[in-house]
Amino acid sequence: MAGKSKSGGKSASSGSKSKSSGAKSGKTGAKPSKDDLLQYYRDMLQIRRFEEKAGQLYGMGLIGGFCHLYIGQEAVVIGMQSCLEDGDSVITTYRDHGHMLATGMDPKGVMAELTGRIDGYSKGKGGSMHMFSKDKGFYGGHGIVGANVPLGTGLAFAHKYREDGGVCLTYFGDGAANQGQVYEAFNMAALWDLPVVYVIENNKYGMGTSVARSSATTDLHKRGAAHGIDGQKIDGMNVLKVREAGIEAVAYAREKGPIILEMETYRYRGHSMSDPAKYRSKEEVSKMRDERDPIVQLRDIILKEKGIDEDGLKEIDKEVREIINAAAEFAQESPEPDPSELYTDILIEA
Amino acid sequence: MPIEVLMPALSPTMTEGNLAKWHKAEGDSVTSGDVLAEIETDKATMEVEAVDEGTMGKILVSEGTEAVAVNTPIALLLGEDEDKGALDGYEAKGVGGGSTDKDKAEPKDDKGDKEEKQAKDESTSEQKAPDGFAKPEAADPGPEPDYDGETHEITIREALRDAMAEEMRADDRVFLMGEEVAEYQGAYKVSQGLLDEFGPKRVIDTPITEHGFAGLGVGASMAGLRPIVEFMTWNFAMQAIDHIINSAAKTLYMAGGELGSPIVFRGPNGAASRVAAQHSQCYASWYAHCPGLKVVAPWSGMDAKGLLKAAIRDPNPIVVLEHEMLYGTKFEAPTDPDFVLPIGKAKIERKGSDVTITAFSRMVDVALAAAEELASDGIEAEVINLRTLRPLDTATIIDSVKKTNRIVTVEEGWPYAGIGSEIASVMMEAAFDWLDAPVTRVCGEDVPMPYAANLEALALPTPERVAKAVRSVSYAD
Ligand SMILES: Cc1ncc(C[n+]2csc(CCOP(=O)(O)OP(=O)(O)O)c2C)c(N)n1
Ligand SMILES: [Mg+2]
Repeated sequence: MAGKSKSGGKSASSGSKSKSSGAKSGKTGAKPSKDDLLQYYRDMLQIRRFEEKAGQLYGMGLIGGFCHLYIGQEAVVIGMQSCLEDGDSVITTYRDHGHMLATGMDPKGVMAELTGRIDGYSKGKGGSMHMFSKDKGFYGGHGIVGANVPLGTGLAFAHKYREDGGVCLTYFGDGAANQGQVYEAFNMAALWDLPVVYVIENNKYGMGTSVARSSATTDLHKRGAAHGIDGQKIDGMNVLKVREAGIEAVAYAREKGPIILEMETYRYRGHSMSDPAKYRSKEEVSKMRDERDPIVQLRDIILKEKGIDEDGLKEIDKEVREIINAAAEFAQESPEPDPSELYTDILIEA
Repeated sequence: MPIEVLMPALSPTMTEGNLAKWHKAEGDSVTSGDVLAEIETDKATMEVEAVDEGTMGKILVSEGTEAVAVNTPIALLLGEDEDKGALDGYEAKGVGGGSTDKDKAEPKDDKGDKEEKQAKDESTSEQKAPDGFAKPEAADPGPEPDYDGETHEITIREALRDAMAEEMRADDRVFLMGEEVAEYQGAYKVSQGLLDEFGPKRVIDTPITEHGFAGLGVGASMAGLRPIVEFMTWNFAMQAIDHIINSAAKTLYMAGGELGSPIVFRGPNGAASRVAAQHSQCYASWYAHCPGLKVVAPWSGMDAKGLLKAAIRDPNPIVVLEHEMLYGTKFEAPTDPDFVLPIGKAKIERKGSDVTITAFSRMVDVALAAAEELASDGIEAEVINLRTLRPLDTATIIDSVKKTNRIVTVEEGWPYAGIGSEIASVMMEAAFDWLDAPVTRVCGEDVPMPYAANLEALALPTPERVAKAVRSVSYAD
């Protein structure tokens, strides 16, 4: 395959910036400005508050079924999203609320989907795990572990087929990395030089099984080696590091082909709402929270280096809280779908 | 006003739990994410985290209390600017409104309420939409347009190829992918010549990776392309069935209509010759079972061309079940590139007044042969080529049975939960009063396909078996 790097090292470092421009400040520029940092802070906080609220509504019986919270992993999705251009696409698993908010989907519509109401993104028919927005380039929201990896590779195929210059970010978990179809997708992506960044969100566990207990080799970023796909391990708790790696990887994918980023991250809550997380120690969780929390880390940088004081951030906290409260209210007031919705959206009228 | 902390439901099934331990005392400050208390459920002990910030004002349910119902206020939190005075005279309300499953499960004995609900239910069943099998009139896209244009005699293989070529010329979003479809010209030579005309960008040889390329195709369709995914045979699509059902068929519904999967999955289905069990199986009832899919099974040249073209143009995921044993058969097929067949419409291939025989794909040949044999005995069979298995054209079958009062279904697939079983149910529901004999199925035998020539022949429906079934329902044996 011409154009594909066979070197073991980082290959995304060439000055390739096909689509980067000043058009949208903060999207692709290498060094984030103060405003960018404040934006990342706000966006991560919005996910955190959204998820906490979702947990609360779940506790009140307003959200049912499976609900997988993203708390702790916010830096991954906010850092990566900051590297994208309009027209790029994103696809992920069932742990998807953060990804939806990051692509710019409305917290009201997302929350109303969680409560199963008509104003939810899927009219209440998809729930927590299944929402989509063509407008925002968000392609779900998939519940079968591993399945979104070929799907995302197909989105990348479509970018290439159309020659629209787009890239697909395909997110999946450490557990999903053991699905056979992931490697079928890797093979085709490499064979056809598809513009896809595989973002492995290694939060250390697939449900209750740690990476070490499920994977013969635990360096997940090396899993593309058999197909000539380079990978890198990134501190996924640090939004600036995620962004730095993301910019290179996205540019590489856009110009050359698939690449893997393994994000070392951590979920604070259980796998889903009913998981008491007995497979890990309290100390492990609190150590992560206390020492590596992505929001606290960025907050410290902003306070120490950017001349913003606590009050400045309080404003943001307040604004985010209001947005989330409004979303929660909206999600409770929106009516349940009309019974006739049971029979709609099964087929498109030809 | 103080913020109420409620007893949370920590699993989809929890209705009550024990308050095992408080981690915060009255007067403690609380920030989001702090552990407030430990709750014991039927399954485990879980921590309750704070969502709101403030100061623990008052604990309402003390440590050690058992069987606290979900949504009972367990504590009051004071907001940042509130002092203890806010607690005076405050009465906790618990959760208002909120429709939980529990609410729904509870029988309401208010009669007016019930009647209203019933009325509602009835009005919704009327809205029952397009492809509910039990609704005969639902699957009627109107009569098949009579084609009286030019035809030419070609093989099924060529008809399928021409269908794809015409649609690829008309729409550059359409592309073909699968194993050996390009340079090898198709494992069964169905894609002969397509690589030459459309090039490797649109006629794509995939690795042997059904699960992967089916998923890749569905992803591309979600982005608005119109993939045709060829399976070398449908047997191998079992590796891909997750993407066909979970990713393609269900997405439009799960997305509330925001996004669907306009894709065609096609390839040979059913019994091949002397290839044994793993390469010889009919998947008709597997796919016809699933809402969100359309399933067609062409027999003639007109079917092959008209149905495949319709499938490619259709905005939904479509399964096209071809038949290897028909690929080389010659039929008259329309030359007009605008010719398509309506999906959801059967065709009466032979008119008759004494018995209805339904068949699809290669079994139409078997049914027609049986009809010839029966005609010499004075029994006139009406042979219906189903063409589409989902949505099934139940109206055509029912109309026929109203005339003949008896029906025999024919398929290569296994009897258990097969297409014939479905048709039998539809007859019970919609044509019971017109039946003069039990609905009778002629199916592939309920065994994996054997290799030995004699056993293989015994495993499949034959004109003789069909004729025998017809005589039986005609009480003529
Ligand atoms: C094919 C399949 N098998 C099993 C499951 C059940 N399941 C849901 S999530 C999950 C764990 C996945 O872990 P990981 O990929 O690490 O993602 P995370 O939940 O940590 O984000 C399992 C086993 C499923 N949804 N799909
Ligand atoms: Mg994981």
